[in-house]
Amino acid sequence: MDRPAFVCVTYISTTPEKLWHALIDAKMTTQYWQHVNVSDWRPGSKWEHRRDGEAGEPALVGKVIESSPPRRLVLTRAFPADEAREDKHTRVTFEMEPLGDVVRLTVTHDRLEAGSEMLEGITEGWPKVLSSLKSLLETGRPLPELW
Amino acid sequence: MSAVDENDVFKALADHTRRRLLDQLHANNGQTLGELCKGLDMTRQAVSQHLTRLEAANLVATLRQGREKLHYLNPVPIHEIHERWIEKFEDQHQRALHDLRKRAEGGRRG
Repeated sequence: MDRPAFVCVTYISTTPEKLWHALIDAKMTTQYWQHVNVSDWRPGSKWEHRRDGEAGEPALVGKVIESSPPRRLVLTRAFPADEAREDKHTRVTFEMEPLGDVVRLTVTHDRLEAGSEMLEGITEGWPKVLSSLKSLLETGRPLPELW
Repeated sequence: MSAVDENDVFKALADHTRRRLLDQLHANNGQTLGELCKGLDMTRQAVSQHLTRLEAANLVATLRQGREKLHYLNPVPIHEIHERWIEKFEDQHQRALHDLRKRAEGGRRG
């Protein structure tokens, strides 16, 4: 097994249920990500990441591998041009662990190619998305102008 | 463990060896204690203590893979410091350049 290339951890003052909802809800992803994630979130289903609202073209696509609310969500993630090429699909694992009144959220992004556009994008992207998600859940306000 | 105090992050960063460990992980993420010791002239125990400090400040995250414990740079606290303490104090000129770069690169992020 490869070593995952990228790990992000943040502690959020919320419940695993609220955090789970924030990860999969189209309206909430629009608020903190400024992009929208769309799927029925069942294992085997497709999911899409759209930049221009729910009717927009997908910027990223993938499949739901595991959906165990409210603790673990595993997705594949690829550019639409690579949708048919499974060797190009990366994998994202969200794990939520309640610790008293906070939840530890670990995002592990693996199956990444060194020097790839995906790796470059997520290295800048995940910390922004997670900071904005934390801000929204804790203060009701996401961070402005992420992208 | 609860949410990390910003003071813990700055205290963890206020040490040459710990900053060097972060540099090593930035260059090559996901290393074992043994691998991280190779670049440093100090005992394994001392390196382990520095890593514990970094993990307590959430600057390093660890994952178990089989029998190995791998250390990863966690970029979230550094990003938060940047947002809170650096971006705010940049002058307007730099800010404009930064915004221009953001817009130019905006198409491929996220």
